[in-house]
Amino acid sequence: MPRAAAPPLDVDRLIDDRRTRIIVCCGSGGVGKTTAAAALGLRAAERGRHVVVITVDPARRLAQSMGLSSLDNTPRPVPGVATAGPRRDPGAGQDEAGEGGSLHAMMLDMKRTFDEIVEAHADPDRAAQILANPFYQSLSSGFAGTQEYMAMEKLGQLRRADEWDLIVVDTPPSRSALDFLDAPQRLGRFLDGRLLRLLTVPAKLGGRAYLRVLNVGFGMVTNVLTKILGAQVLRDAQTFVTALDTMFGGFRERADYTYQLLREPGTSFLVIAAPEPDALREASYFVERLALEGMPLAGLIINRVHQSPAARLSAARSLAAAETLQADGQLADTPAGEQRTGSGQPQDESHSLAIAALRLHAERMQLAAKERHVAENFTAAHPLVPVAEVPAQAEDVHDLAGLRAIGESFTTW
Amino acid sequence: MSTRDTDWEGVRLHVVTGKGGTGKTTVAAALALALASGGKRVLLIEVEGRQGIAQVFDCPPLPYEERKVAVAPATATRPGGEVYALAADPEHALLEYLEMFYNLRHAGTALTKLGVVDFATTIAPGLRDVLLTGKAAEATRRREGGRHVYDAVVMDAPPTGRIGRFLNVTAEVSGLARVGPTRGHADTVQKVISSPETAVHFVTVLEEMPVQETLDGIAELAGLGDGGLQPGGIMINMVHPLVLSPDQLRTAASGSVDEGELALGLKAAGLEDSRQLAAALAAELVDHARTVTGERTQRRRLAAPRQPRYDLPMITGGIDLAGLYRIAAALRDQGAA
Repeated sequence: MPRAAAPPLDVDRLIDDRRTRIIVCCGSGGVGKTTAAAALGLRAAERGRHVVVITVDPARRLAQSMGLSSLDNTPRPVPGVATAGPRRDPGAGQDEAGEGGSLHAMMLDMKRTFDEIVEAHADPDRAAQILANPFYQSLSSGFAGTQEYMAMEKLGQLRRADEWDLIVVDTPPSRSALDFLDAPQRLGRFLDGRLLRLLTVPAKLGGRAYLRVLNVGFGMVTNVLTKILGAQVLRDAQTFVTALDTMFGGFRERADYTYQLLREPGTSFLVIAAPEPDALREASYFVERLALEGMPLAGLIINRVHQSPAARLSAARSLAAAETLQADGQLADTPAGEQRTGSGQPQDESHSLAIAALRLHAERMQLAAKERHVAENFTAAHPLVPVAEVPAQAEDVHDLAGLRAIGESFTTW
Repeated sequence: MSTRDTDWEGVRLHVVTGKGGTGKTTVAAALALALASGGKRVLLIEVEGRQGIAQVFDCPPLPYEERKVAVAPATATRPGGEVYALAADPEHALLEYLEMFYNLRHAGTALTKLGVVDFATTIAPGLRDVLLTGKAAEATRRREGGRHVYDAVVMDAPPTGRIGRFLNVTAEVSGLARVGPTRGHADTVQKVISSPETAVHFVTVLEEMPVQETLDGIAELAGLGDGGLQPGGIMINMVHPLVLSPDQLRTAASGSVDEGELALGLKAAGLEDSRQLAAALAAELVDHARTVTGERTQRRRLAAPRQPRYDLPMITGGIDLAGLYRIAAALRDQGAA
């Protein structure tokens, strides 16, 4: 088929390579990212890796399919994983694994993760004080960026624990894939920001001088903020930041440090997209951003791609054939579709089944053509990015067999 | 015909939410078009800073300014209408607010430079939300010469997972100043959002997760604001057209398709290799039947909240302006506008 040739993404090679320690699945919301991450984890485990999947907010049935019934922030073994041992091509990786792998999965609880950081770094009294702070409570449960940051924290913790040789991260659902990279740093920068310090430190000369440079009265700024936010909010923020500072010397450094993990060798990014203009536009932004940040991109997985086993019958011919049959059928004047047509029964002369099949096929071919077009647009802009396609599934995934099927399709497209 | 009844008579602020990937922005735009037809003027507001409206209407990025982006087509019996659009962002909304209440327009620039605006909206996410919902409420209530400037306002709101928080204005700012303009502003906004003038519509597709979020979202509305918010319609997007009879659907979903019958039909249509083709098309039929059967299960779940449901057609070949008009027509035909 003529196609702007994207290099094929060899998912098995990626997961079989023992040097791959972290795979981050990114993409905009609604593209099947969580399912892809779970399928990837399962496949890696069944090919001999010891895998943990960190997921955020999975569909109930997907969670059940992995045996996750509760949100408890701890990796749990996934039952039913076939750990028969590796079936790998020789030469795919260098360290041949002798035994079967394993799969663990966990759902991220961002508030609990944050609480645990606080508890681990402060004495009990201070920790209790922070946990009770209203500003901390809104920060840990609702702030833009907290979820992304806590996913990174958890990744760091699991990496340091070194109990798994492959960590698959499903990034939090958000409109933009870039949020995963931007939000935590934005959060760190904010908490570390000049303004917060300026306003929370009792007005010293330094602060005032800084403001005077900008020709704004200090009083005016605090006035405005106090008016729109209230004095209590500012006080809570101040208490919190002061307490946090003494704990680990600045939020931003910690965020930066955590992000270093993403640049280390052994980390790979997989961008997941649906074959739709919006999702692939986001994927494009993300690919460009990863290059800019020096973060390693393994490739793009295009999810839910429509294919046809009868691709040689074009949409136009299929529709024309349906119309021919329809015209014939109207002459024969048989009520469409109401007739039993099992074996031994008289044949349905209206050919309603064939008409339906041809119309559906035409639709599918049109959809496939459109999807191919947007995928080609992506490849035209990023010719070097390897691509794998996952065919659309007729049903929601609800068991390991479904996940396994998706994992297999990573490579047999 | 201009006085025909619709399901949302009296609703002037239409909040449109939905899970990511369900086509929320497209449906919000189509709803605005549908509401505008018949010589009406409708404002479409986006609040997430992603210029989704500009993409849908294929126009340059929108400023913080109400601009005409489309006309609703006139028909034999009805005049056309106008859709205006606004890309609202918290920063501009805050500056506007400061100007309105404190006459602080000049200080605005300095405050922006200092990061005060960013600071205030970050430290208090509730403030951010109240500024955005406040903008929609203001446009809804705005009058000129004794009549409303906009006949209806459609807000392309945050996704279902965040909608409760977003619309629960008063509770959201409860940690903020207890008196003064912010509180007063929040109360006014909440009054508009909690009134029968506002309805919250949910866009979904017939898949498990978006349907679950829709059901959760509708249930959540009852506990918000002053005595609950009014749930609106359930917009079922990307509905597959029915092409199989119930019998055919059942049989195909169970995995069996009469390939002999199919082959006869293909042959009658003059297609070569009809047996081989029949096998391939049978596989497609089974796929389709399973998808449709799964969608039916989800559709039954959506009946539970007893809200009006609207089927919006699957537009193959990408949403362009023509596709948008088709969705708008579907909304009108089914009484959503």
